[in-house]
Amino acid sequence: MYEIVAESAGKKKLKAGDLTRAMTAKYGDSVSRKDCKAAIKQLIDSGRCVYGYYGGSSIELPRTEGAANE
Amino acid sequence: MADDLKIPLLEELEKGPWPSFVSDIKSVADKSEMARDLLRQLEKSYEDKRGYWKHGGLVGVLGYGGGVIGRYSALPEEFPGVSHFHTMRVNQPSGWVYTSKALNEIMDLWDEHGSGLTNMHGSTGDLVLLGTRTEELEPMFQALTQKGWDLGGSGSDMRTPSCCIGPARCEWACYDTLDLCYNLTQEYQDELHRPMFNYKFKFKLAGCPNDCVASQARSDMAIVGVWKDEIQIDKDAYAEYIKDGFNVKEYVVDMCPTGCITADENDIEIDDSNCVKCMHCIARMPKALAPGKERGAALCLGAKAPIVEGALIAQVIVPFMKLEPPYEELHDLIERIWEFWDEHGKARERIGEFIERVSLATFLEGIGLEPLPQMVKQPRDNPYVFYEEYYAEEDEGEDA
Ligand code: HEM
Ligand code: HEM
Ligand code: SF4
Ligand code: SF4
Repeated sequence: MYEIVAESAGKKKLKAGDLTRAMTAKYGDSVSRKDCKAAIKQLIDSGRCVYGYYGGSSIELPRTEGAANE
Repeated sequence: MADDLKIPLLEELEKGPWPSFVSDIKSVADKSEMARDLLRQLEKSYEDKRGYWKHGGLVGVLGYGGGVIGRYSALPEEFPGVSHFHTMRVNQPSGWVYTSKALNEIMDLWDEHGSGLTNMHGSTGDLVLLGTRTEELEPMFQALTQKGWDLGGSGSDMRTPSCCIGPARCEWACYDTLDLCYNLTQEYQDELHRPMFNYKFKFKLAGCPNDCVASQARSDMAIVGVWKDEIQIDKDAYAEYIKDGFNVKEYVVDMCPTGCITADENDIEIDDSNCVKCMHCIARMPKALAPGKERGAALCLGAKAPIVEGALIAQVIVPFMKLEPPYEELHDLIERIWEFWDEHGKARERIGEFIERVSLATFLEGIGLEPLPQMVKQPRDNPYVFYEEYYAEEDEGEDA
């Protein structure tokens, strides 16, 4: 899941639902929505990913955003 | 007042008869650089007729995708005090009941970690703390949680549920709004802090159809207290109203929207089968009339304010549900609604817009509810549906 986020960094902002759909596309029914929820939770709580908001919430790599002031 | 604060355009706003946010912020401008630069930047916006804020999409506290709304000034050199100006939403207690000690604690923390400016309360219901720097977010969050507070929702998550004061003060409450508000907040902590929906989802809880929290207009799911049996009538109290010269015909009988009240000097009767629970008669004669004894709530879906498309008002989805702990029936329905919306909704599509797009019939099928007459929101406006066809089909079915 982390790879999917990393690959799309700078291109498309992925939402929780996009990640879940991508995972089921890749692994079929062997991953449930619950599994995906838990995986997102792990990614966020470990700090490897962060939530972003641009007209809707997304899951992204941590970085310094363009709008940030010193 | 600091000498360098020249804000003539903003000061125009202080001239009307109403309280002014300009006066409020000015009152702390001497001791807060943030407050002073907030006014100065806004004055410049008024002069130039454009805004100078940038959105900060990534700021937040570890583990949470909501509760912090990031803002940076586009002119940080000119207005260093508001270079960072993030808002924190604090989850309010049910019914907005605080002790002054608790409020003082929050204000002390906010003077230390933020601008000291607040908005009580936002239309989300949260206690809104206006203006802090990125590096102060985690320390403020830690300090708040140590005192037992938590952040509220923002972004594509379940927003902080809010409710009317309900049975704490109001005899009209048809269920315990405070308890259910707390229950939903606790039950759905993940949905509150970890945005996982297509877009925001708001709950507002009103104890009776008076709807003091305007849930019908402002929430994706409005939970509105209502009764199923007869309006309770106290005949002695009614006699008192008559004795005091109260004009029942003009103020009550003639104003009942369905004309279901008959009353004269001696007696009052209500045809409850035609009462639409508008609360008018009860509000006019609170001593004589009261909601019935079989109490619960109606669930309505789909209201939203006009941001992308026009405003929507909520529509009934469950006319009556008993609401008592542990609220399993309600949780179950909420989860079915979220799942169907999650699977078939588009990005940034609120539940009301979703229902409009896929049609109520499809939606009901998706969440497993039977259609009911109470769900009808308006008379049909399409003349090209011919009911004869439906009748014909049914007849054939019976023959076979
Ligand atoms: C370009 C600038 C801005 C835009 C486009 C904007 C837009 C919005 C929108 C759309 C909402 C509703 C969010 C929701 O409920 O989902 C909102 C809420 C809010 N905004 Fe702004 N805003 C801007 C600047 C600001 C600034 C500079 C402040 C503070 C100084 C501010 C304070 C707030 C607060 C406190 C709320 C929440 C109110 C509540 O919870 O009911 N906003 N804003
Ligand atoms: C550029 C001029 C006009 C346009 C674009 C226009 C457009 C329309 C449209 C879209 C409808 C709805 C049709 C429907 O039911 O689907 C309509 C209905 C109607 N229009 Fe016009 N109209 C125009 C001029 C007029 C004029 C000049 C009159 C009368 C002198 C008129 C009388 C009516 C009436 C009576 C209806 C209702 C028909 C019905 O549904 O029973 N319209 N018009
Ligand atoms: S909505 Fe009804 S129950 Fe709640 S405070 Fe208002 S009048 Fe009372
Ligand atoms: S609640 Fe409204 S509809 Fe019902 S009897 Fe009273 S005035 Fe009429």
